[in-house]
Amino acid sequence: MDTLKIGSYEFRSRLLLGTGKFTDLDTQGKAVEVSEAEILTFAIRRLNLENPQEPNFLEQLDLKKFTLLPNTAGAYTAEEAVRIARLAKASGLCDMIKVEVIGDPKTLLPDPIGTLEASKILVEEGFIVLTYTNDDPILARRLQEVGVHAVMPGASPIGSGQGIVNENNLRFIIEDAKVPIIVDAGIGSPADCAKAMELGADGVLLNTAVALADNPVLMAEAMKLGVEAGRKGFLAGRIAKKRYASASSPTEGMIE
Amino acid sequence: MIVQLNGKKVELAEEITTVRALLASYSLQEKIVVVERNGEIIDRSAYEQTPIADGDRIEIVHFVGGG
Repeated sequence: MDTLKIGSYEFRSRLLLGTGKFTDLDTQGKAVEVSEAEILTFAIRRLNLENPQEPNFLEQLDLKKFTLLPNTAGAYTAEEAVRIARLAKASGLCDMIKVEVIGDPKTLLPDPIGTLEASKILVEEGFIVLTYTNDDPILARRLQEVGVHAVMPGASPIGSGQGIVNENNLRFIIEDAKVPIIVDAGIGSPADCAKAMELGADGVLLNTAVALADNPVLMAEAMKLGVEAGRKGFLAGRIAKKRYASASSPTEGMIE
Repeated sequence: MIVQLNGKKVELAEEITTVRALLASYSLQEKIVVVERNGEIIDRSAYEQTPIADGDRIEIVHFVGGG
């Protein structure tokens, strides 16, 4: 069976889903269900003490069915990311962490140095570390050297829906990889998922493209199918591109 | 007693002297939250024994939707 192995975990689904920006909890629940995602990302934030009983998506989930992947979103330094990761783990619900150290509020591109520092510390502390990173092959290698369990290069800026902007770099990262490569951020459409998987990525993590689609539930299903199509295409081995045509029908036996 | 709770100055009732009592005052006993006091995470098993003192910086965090 074709499974995705991250650290000690094993998954059937290669689509990881974010849980932000959904307009209502009901739609979100349905989208998660049809996506068949097994890993869901969350952020860690202060509880609103003005309304502490506010309904919360996590509390509606059957936690036996999902692996939680809290992120360190909001962190601009390695120190902040480590603090958030420790808080997430102290919940007792998970030991996975999506390391995310942002370097710039406008592009939300990762700070490579802070990202590497935080990843190293969290690996040493025993977390299963999935690091959101630039699509930089050398940084991806350095992250693997400090022991991360998966590298998650962005396809394009978070929430931009631009799809894969540097296919070449992504290919270099994938070819060099010793841990799963999960394309994270910037996915806009099912075609982007298929493309990432055809390039040989091990998975896709997306959020906005589903949450803000006109029909998030239908889009969740489409993304699932995009990931599956791309994965199967990758495993099947595509034909080489040729410059000229090559007839599909026999050239022999033509009626004269 | 006045503490800094989730970034805001809050005056606590006299009987709130432990982390456990603080969580109970917001009916959070059954909720999935994590508490940090003066930069240190408080283990769930230590809520009852962990005192709260005047001027403490306390964070109560939880999981929210995110990507």
